[in-house]
Amino acid sequence: MEEGAGEGPPQLHLMTPLLEVANLAVAYTSRTGGEVAAIAGASFEVRAGETLGVLGESGSGKSTLAAALLRLLPENGKIQKGVVLFEGQDLLQAEPRELEKIRGGRVALIFQEPALALHPMLRVGQQVQDVLAAHRTLPRRALRERTLELLSSVFPADAERISSSYSHQLSGGQRQRVLIAQAIACEPALIIADEPTASLDPTTEQEILSLFRTLQQKFRLAMILITHKPAVLAGLADRVLVLYAGRVVEIGPTETVLGSPHHPYTQALLGCLPPPIESYANCSKTNLPVIAGDSANLALLATGCQFEPRCAERMNICIKSEPATVGLSNTHVVACFKYGG
Amino acid sequence: MLLLHENGPPLLRAENLEKRYKGARGRGSGESVTALGGVSLSICPQTTLALVGESGSGKSSLALCLACLEPLTSGCIWFGGRDIAALDEPHLRAVRPQIQLVFQDPASSLSPRLTATEIVSEPLLIQQRFGKQERCARARGLLERVGIPREKAGQTPDEFSGGQRQRLAIARALALEPKLLILDEALSALDCSMQAQIANLLLELQSSLGLTYLFITHDFPMAAHLADEIAVIDRGKIVEMDASRQIVRAPKHDVTRRLLAATPGSFATTPLLRVV
Repeated sequence: MEEGAGEGPPQLHLMTPLLEVANLAVAYTSRTGGEVAAIAGASFEVRAGETLGVLGESGSGKSTLAAALLRLLPENGKIQKGVVLFEGQDLLQAEPRELEKIRGGRVALIFQEPALALHPMLRVGQQVQDVLAAHRTLPRRALRERTLELLSSVFPADAERISSSYSHQLSGGQRQRVLIAQAIACEPALIIADEPTASLDPTTEQEILSLFRTLQQKFRLAMILITHKPAVLAGLADRVLVLYAGRVVEIGPTETVLGSPHHPYTQALLGCLPPPIESYANCSKTNLPVIAGDSANLALLATGCQFEPRCAERMNICIKSEPATVGLSNTHVVACFKYGG
Repeated sequence: MLLLHENGPPLLRAENLEKRYKGARGRGSGESVTALGGVSLSICPQTTLALVGESGSGKSSLALCLACLEPLTSGCIWFGGRDIAALDEPHLRAVRPQIQLVFQDPASSLSPRLTATEIVSEPLLIQQRFGKQERCARARGLLERVGIPREKAGQTPDEFSGGQRQRLAIARALALEPKLLILDEALSALDCSMQAQIANLLLELQSSLGLTYLFITHDFPMAAHLADEIAVIDRGKIVEMDASRQIVRAPKHDVTRRLLAATPGSFATTPLLRVV
C-alpha cells in the first residue's frame, strides 16, 4: 500500500473514492418527541482497498454512522440530509431493490455481537450459504462448494466441522470468523465492521485483526473499522476518523492521528490510556490523566463546539459557534478553533 | 511463587482451589469440566493483585469461588483467620460482606427498578444494619464518595451513563465496608476516558479506605498500572505470579509472553502491520 501512508500526494484527489460521504446528518426522535442529532454533518471518503478507522466513544454516533450508510437505521432514526456516494451511486436515493443488492453484496456489514448476529437454530454453514444464495443464482452443489471454500478461508484447518456446527458450539472468535465468511461471500468492495472485536479477549482480537489484514490484501477490500479502542486501529487502519458527539473532529493518516493528535479531544482521549507495556517502569499507582466530565449527552447539545465543556484549551469563541474543519495538510483535517476553524 | 509480604500476613490465601462443573445434560454421562485445577494465591492487605488471563481461563470462576458465591470442589480459602470455604451458609453470611464483587456490566448487574440510593442502601437492608434514615444517609455519603452528583441519587440506572453506572456498582459494593473488592472486568466495558476516571477512583478509594483489590482483567497495561502483583491464569491454573514489574519486564511463562505480545504498543512506534 504505497498510497495512504505519510503525506499522501495530492494526486489522490484525482482518484474517485469508493465511498464518498458528504454532509451526512442523522437524527433520532426521542420518546418525548424531541429530536436528537446523532450525526451532524459528517463528510469523509473511503478509497478502494483502504481501511478507514472510525474512533469514537459511547454516544459518539459511530454505530449510527455504520447503520446510516446502508440505511439500516431503526424506525425512529432519520437521515436528514447528506449524500452517500458508493461507486458513483447515491445510496440515500437508491430504490429498495437496488439497496438490497448492495447490502451484503457490494457492501457488507459486520456487527459487534457475533452471538446475536447468528441464528441459533441453523448450522453456520447454512447461514453463510444463505448470504450467497440471496445474491447469486448458483446450482446447489456450487453453492455448497463455494460455502466451504469461504469457510476454509477463515478456518483453514476445519472448515467442514465448523460448517455443520451451530452458533452455540463455537467460541466468540470462531463466530466472528463465520460473520467474516458471510461478509466476504459476495466479494464486496467495502466491509463496514462495527466493533468487530469488542467481545473478544486480546489474543483472539489480534487473530481476528490479522485475518482482516490478510483478507484485505487478498481481495483488495476497503474497510470502515469502527471501534472505541485506539489500539485496534494502530496496526490496521490507513487513516483514522475521530468522532465526538456526532461530529468528525479529526481525520488523518493513522500515524498522525494516533502518534501526534491535534484535536484537544483526540489528545485527551489518547492521554487517558495506561502507559504502554514497553515503557512500563513500576507500579506507580499514579492517577491517569482524564477527560473531565461525562461523555457528551446528545439530547442536551448546546451551541458552540461540542467538546467545549470538557476541553482544557477552551476559548471564548468555542461556546459561541461550532468550528469548521481546517486542513492542516493534504491529508490531515481538524475541526477546532485552535487551528483557525 | 514466593511473594513479598511487606504488609504482614496475607488478607486472603487460597490453597489448591479446585472447581469442577458438572457436564451439561445430554453431553455424555456426568462428564465434568474443570474450571480451576489447583489454584493457590495470596493477596496482601491494601494491595492489588491482578488476575490476567484469556476468556475461559477460569478468571470468573475463581472470582465467584473466592467470594463464596460458588461452592468449591476442593481447597481452602483462608480469610480472617479461618477457612471460609468450609463454612456453612449461616456463617458465610457473616463473611460475605467483607468480600464484595463488582461485575463487568453494571447495566445488567444493577436493578433497573431501584433508584441509586436504594441500590446502595439495599445491602445494608439485607444485612439488617441501621435504621432507614441512617441507611439513606450512608447511601448518599457513598454516592458522593464515588462522584455521583447529588441530583442523580433519586434516578434509576438507565438514566446513568456507563461510567456513572460503574461508579454506582462500586458504591454498592462499598456499602458493607468490605476488606476485599473483587473487580471482575470492572473496567472492560467502559470507554477509554471512563476507564481512566474509574481507575483513578479505585486508586483513591484504595488509599483512603485501605481496600484490597483482586483486579480481574484481560487488559495487561491496565493490570500493570493498577496492581502490585500480577497472576497469570491459563486453563484453570496460575502459571506465573510475581510483582507487576517482574512479570512485565521478564515474563517467564509462554502464556504470559503470548498475552504481553497481544497488547498494543505505543502508537508512535507501532508500524503499520500490513501484509505486502
